Amino acid sequence: MKRFKNLPSHIVLIIVCILSLIPFLWLLSTALKGRSENIFAYPPVFIPKDLTIDNFREVLKLVPIVRYVINSFIVAFFTVILNVILSALAAYPLARMEFRGKKIAFFSILATIMVPFQTIMLPVYIVTLKLHLVDNYGLTMGYLGMILPFCVNAFGIFLLRQAFMTIPREIEQSAVIDGCNSFQIFYMLLLPMIKPTLAILAIFTFVGSWGEFLWPSIVLTNEKLFTLPVGINNLSSAFSADYRLIAAGSIVSIIPIIVFFLCLQRYFIEGSYDGANKG
Amino acid sequence: MDMKKNFGAYLFLLPAGVILTVFFFIPFFQTIYLSFFDYSNDIYKPVFVMFQNYMTLIHSPMFLKTIVNTFYFLLLCVPFLVIFPLYLAILINQNIKFKNIYKVLIYLPVVVSIVVVAIAFKWLYAQNGLLNYFLSLFHIRPIGFLSDPNVAMISVALVTIFKGVGYYMMIYLSALMSVPKELYDAAEIDGITGLNKHMAITIPHLMPVIALVSTISSISALKVFVEIYVMTHGGPMNSTKTIVYYIYEKAFENLDLGLASAGAVILLFIVMGFSILNIFVFERDKYKI
Repeated sequence: MKRFKNLPSHIVLIIVCILSLIPFLWLLSTALKGRSENIFAYPPVFIPKDLTIDNFREVLKLVPIVRYVINSFIVAFFTVILNVILSALAAYPLARMEFRGKKIAFFSILATIMVPFQTIMLPVYIVTLKLHLVDNYGLTMGYLGMILPFCVNAFGIFLLRQAFMTIPREIEQSAVIDGCNSFQIFYMLLLPMIKPTLAILAIFTFVGSWGEFLWPSIVLTNEKLFTLPVGINNLSSAFSADYRLIAAGSIVSIIPIIVFFLCLQRYFIEGSYDGANKG
Repeated sequence: MDMKKNFGAYLFLLPAGVILTVFFFIPFFQTIYLSFFDYSNDIYKPVFVMFQNYMTLIHSPMFLKTIVNTFYFLLLCVPFLVIFPLYLAILINQNIKFKNIYKVLIYLPVVVSIVVVAIAFKWLYAQNGLLNYFLSLFHIRPIGFLSDPNVAMISVALVTIFKGVGYYMMIYLSALMSVPKELYDAAEIDGITGLNKHMAITIPHLMPVIALVSTISSISALKVFVEIYVMTHGGPMNSTKTIVYYIYEKAFENLDLGLASAGAVILLFIVMGFSILNIFVFERDKYKI
């Protein structure tokens, strides 16, 4: 009898799991259906009768999805690196030092949390244009335009500040006696101690950047620089007549992030609370 | 010694400060500045008009409709996103078997780009798509999920809910770990079990987190854009046009920078209420100087 104690809970959870997967499985099923099979068949067929990978071949031939993956990776990678470095640098004095203007710095950074990107996106675009950080000035400038506006964010700074504050002050004091300067204390002593929080910041920033659509869709004009979300959205309007190809392209596009997630699931599970309200 | 230490603090803050100044503070003040100018005649010759853009918006049925739509969307998703993930988290937290598999699968939609999720749902929502087939099993006539103005916003909200459940569930799960086990034992001794146990212990204990989830999910509902951009473009008959969509359209399609900025300032005021609550009440500890 005890074995079935949680049976109702299992049933609910299994249903929810199936619901979370169905949209993707249905895409996969559509992507695997050949030309001869009606994708609008009634009743719907989940396991393709005319099973084929032709749609994948074709979409990869027609659309530079690999290029999109590389672009997304470049943007996400540098966004993560810069976020970790800049947030850690800014968080340290806010957590550990006394200096004139600390309150101003603190509340200025805090204020940025209250202002959604969507309300300032137009002037951000104007600034980005003025700085020539757009793809008409070359690929590098295009990448920078996608990375720099998001390369530091207040959530990250506060997350790391909290992590620094949990480290006992005595640890630093002994380093001061040993003659370390504040950068050495920061870099060699404190930074390694907040590695788990840095990992959480890095992972959540990566996922956020990887999925970002609004900003790249505003700044990008050159298809060579399309990131995955922009490229896939573009593909979905270009092939609106052929859902097999849209489905195949979408499936290819989510493989990297799903692998990333499955490999690092522990961090997602442990870090969700801290990573909360990022992005 | 002290002076030197102070100087160091500024150096540490400098890189983030430069980026935030260029890509946050300048644009922030520029939004306010632009909102006082009329760009509608000639984008190169803006005219200072003070509050006229705001007056235009307040008297524009279209803009008011986007505000109503946005709050309708909020009411559709927020209650569900506050309650259902909590329910799932409680189920998983009872030391159930396979709990990690459940967590991973329910969280999966969170990491997938919203663009792909929206494309997947567009396919499910098709006139002769999977969902309408499912409804036909119950003799329900096909629904124009994205083409019926009365239904479209609900369909969009479903996508947002789909993408958000795992995220808020994880937040609740970490919070549940902090509920002392002894409280449950004590409750069982008192003969309180099942749902009552959670009503008596879990919910009161999690109240701060429930409040937090309410505000973050509200803020993200107020900012909704991508789902709508990908699935409906604000249609049919503007039934899914939200404030951010309106701002986007004015700014990047009509190039009416003044009106777009005034709309942005209004959105800012709406969102600010929620964020202030969040920062100074629910997450006080994190943002304490």
